[in-house]
Amino acid sequence: MPNRRSFLRTVAGGITLATTGLMGRARADLPQGALDSAMRDSLPGKQPLIKRAFRPPNYESPVEVFDEVITPNDRFFVRWHLSNIPRVEAGSWRLGVGGDGAERGFELTLEALKRDFEPVELVAVCQCAGNRRGLSDPHVPGVQWGYGAMGNARWKGARLKDILARADLKKEAVEIAFNGSDRGPLDATPAFAKSIPAWKALDENTMVAYEMNGAPLPHWNGFPARIVVPGWTATYWMKQVTSIRALSQPLAGFWMNTAYRIPKDKFPVIDRFTSQESDTTTPVTEILVNSLITNITDGGRFPSGQPMSVKGIAWDGGYGIGDVEVSIDDGRSWQGAVLGENYGRYSFRTWEYRFAPQLAGRMTLMARASNVRGTLQPSELIFNAPGYHNNVVQRIAIDIV
Amino acid sequence: MLIGPCIAISAHGGEVPVKLASGEQAALVQSRCSVCHSLDYIVMNSRFLSRTAWEGEVRKMMKVMGAPVPENEVAPIVDYLTQNYGVK
Repeated sequence: MPNRRSFLRTVAGGITLATTGLMGRARADLPQGALDSAMRDSLPGKQPLIKRAFRPPNYESPVEVFDEVITPNDRFFVRWHLSNIPRVEAGSWRLGVGGDGAERGFELTLEALKRDFEPVELVAVCQCAGNRRGLSDPHVPGVQWGYGAMGNARWKGARLKDILARADLKKEAVEIAFNGSDRGPLDATPAFAKSIPAWKALDENTMVAYEMNGAPLPHWNGFPARIVVPGWTATYWMKQVTSIRALSQPLAGFWMNTAYRIPKDKFPVIDRFTSQESDTTTPVTEILVNSLITNITDGGRFPSGQPMSVKGIAWDGGYGIGDVEVSIDDGRSWQGAVLGENYGRYSFRTWEYRFAPQLAGRMTLMARASNVRGTLQPSELIFNAPGYHNNVVQRIAIDIV
Repeated sequence: MLIGPCIAISAHGGEVPVKLASGEQAALVQSRCSVCHSLDYIVMNSRFLSRTAWEGEVRKMMKVMGAPVPENEVAPIVDYLTQNYGVK
């Protein structure tokens, strides 16, 4: 199916073929309603992406976008909670910095943000905490993402710690809170706000980014500036950021106390947001180790006796990819893939496995990444009701003919 | 996977009205639920939610997001969602 550059709308069906009986069990796929309501659509300035919801916009990248290790701005996914998203004018935008956890308060223009603080650049994966939620089994409510609510970009901006140094944090500052510009149409809808622990805000890699892949941020990805928290899920990467407040008390409200939380101790997470933990739940923090096969889809057909490549990407919460292994016999045995160029521990890492299938018939390909800490992707989905952290080993069925 | 014919539309990306299943209360659901978001949020969450789960979603819209839905409209809205978009 061709991807037309201009305003072609087609119904984009499933990420994988929804078949039962293949290899003796049902293949994981999006809910039927998600398959029915998806379509390829272009937001202004973007190539056709897979529309999950129009308003507010939630659009994901098709898997073939990830054949390139750096995700181009015009194919980068789009995700908003609230539907009134203002067009921010660079000259009039102001970033307020302060809060009761800081000695000093001040305002920055975009020009001052770029001029007054040493710019830093790094490549980091931005991944929605709910990426792959649509593939949860059983299905759970929410945005029914497939594989594409993520992207890898070179971010340039000011270190958040340098900005906070000017604000002069008090020792009682526990969290740094961010506000954006988007709002719901009703006054009663709580504005999206997030905080991160003060120690994470002071990490040298946490930044206020104003460039993405060498260009100003697209409107749909947070122009003129957004928070970038390498290694942590995108919920904290506040778009169109307008305020940075140091807090002496944990940030309260729906977006912290209820949303974006996982059962405590269910996931192999190292970085914990302890000021926000309850008895039973904890906020989503780090991205868990994961991989994606990018050059082959379900139902692909390949000739026996001919060399072929399985290619993909792997990433984690910033510890770094250790190994990627591939299985061509439904997980009975695993062979090491060759890792590609290292763009840094927060970036996608490409990998490739070459082999020549011999016997005709159905074959299940699997890819499994581990990070340098030895944390492995799980072979069974770690189910959770909100549908976060889907990093189960991927399986793709192909036919050797 | 391509389902159905390709339709070329010469328009910028923009919301295409999402058509809900016809039925009693479709108009009510359409008018209450499209204030804040497009109706594909309903369609994409089908068909796997129980009545209890759909009621939970509606009450979350009211309690958390501030949707001005009077209590006497909750049952008809939930009935419609369950019947047309609930687990079969």
